[in-house]
Amino acid sequence: MITIKGLIAILLTATFINNYVLQQFLGICPFLGVSKKLDQATGMSIAVIFVMMIATLVTWPIQTFLLTPNGLGYMQTIVFILVIAALVQLVEMVLKRYIPALHASLGVYLPLITTNCAVLGVCINNIDSEFTFAQAMFNAFGSGLGFLIAMLMFAGIRQHIEDCDPPESFKGLPITLISAGIVSISFFGFAGIVDNLFG
Amino acid sequence: MSSATLAVMIVTVIGIICAVMLSVASKVMAVKEDPLIPLVRECLPGANCGACGFAGCNGYAAALVEDPEMELTKCTPGGEDVAKSIGKVLGRKAGKMVLMTAVIGCRGDNSKTARKMEYKGIKSCSAAAMMFGGTGKCKYGCLGLGDCAAACPHGAIVIRDGLAHVIDEKCVACGLCTKTCPKGLIYIQPYYEAVRVLCSNHEKGALVRKECSIGCIACGLCVKNCPVDAIHIENNLAVIDHDECIGCGACRMVCPVKVIIGSGHGAS
Repeated sequence: MITIKGLIAILLTATFINNYVLQQFLGICPFLGVSKKLDQATGMSIAVIFVMMIATLVTWPIQTFLLTPNGLGYMQTIVFILVIAALVQLVEMVLKRYIPALHASLGVYLPLITTNCAVLGVCINNIDSEFTFAQAMFNAFGSGLGFLIAMLMFAGIRQHIEDCDPPESFKGLPITLISAGIVSISFFGFAGIVDNLFG
Repeated sequence: MSSATLAVMIVTVIGIICAVMLSVASKVMAVKEDPLIPLVRECLPGANCGACGFAGCNGYAAALVEDPEMELTKCTPGGEDVAKSIGKVLGRKAGKMVLMTAVIGCRGDNSKTARKMEYKGIKSCSAAAMMFGGTGKCKYGCLGLGDCAAACPHGAIVIRDGLAHVIDEKCVACGLCTKTCPKGLIYIQPYYEAVRVLCSNHEKGALVRKECSIGCIACGLCVKNCPVDAIHIENNLAVIDHDECIGCGACRMVCPVKVIIGSGHGAS
């Protein structure tokens, strides 16, 4: 049964407990690649939230009304990639035409995440968890929000790392990966919270 | 119908729908971009350094095409050649380009001025400047930790003896270094300038003497010897009015501490 409480629980679960970057290890490439600067990280994350929602909006009906009735559930991955890629291109054109300001701020990030694994992951996860449409949308938004939180946190951490003087062999990517691991461990602390929150 | 055929059909249909949708959209939604913009963009160096005051080369190219009043010479890294080639594309005349360079307003290396503390913190000027104004006795001078050198995309700044030096041949006057210097010591100035004051210390002369052997002591000899009244003492520091200066070099000759330097010598 869909209740507001249930939807919020899904949102929080997707944001913190099943955080796509830090718990499910999807979308690592933008997480490591674009988290150097805070403003870039923000732009990227907002684009991810946007694309996750739109992708869910389209892939959920396709799966439910087209693939499952025809017994083609196994075609999920290919169809989703195809649809998401085409859709993001379309959205980009529409934005460029009608909302140039938003297009300029999302900028290069939109095409970058067309077939990002986190986006595809959300769509497939929606189906696997047998969510209803509303639940799927909340899950998509929560997942995007989780990505935003992970990116912002990590961008902040990386800026601090820049100011430290790590041992020579750890400089650059190694220390980044280590800190990503530690941040990921810290997110394990959220496990179980949401269930108890709504008791 | 076998399920394989069905699968192929469905994916093909989805693919065709997407393709039609996208190709229609690309026609309908096409944004009319001035065909001149990519041409102008071609002329620019593409370093996106921001010296022109725009976010990148694309921004400057768009502004050039859209605004007929826009100066063609804003791209200092590109220099006169770029201004001329843009002029050719747009059919406008490029104004006179003045060759610019970065100038470090300090000559106090380790042999001229002493350290007042042993600094073992982060190797960055902006961090050191937060600690009681930095490591040097002179609180206006170069800290020598190389924030400017790190910011320079062309490798035109080197730190020698605790002082930043500009390599004139490599400097394109993009101005990135001026923004990073916590002491605000770096200026973008015309490359050919008869004289420059390379000190930024605003303390009184006696104190400057104690801090640095090559700091402006505001003695005023340059002011007295200037034939056109182009140099003045402002806030205990000699300042040259380059509009008035005739480049005779009289101030350079009389300066007892040799902080007034001819161009080309730069800080190096």
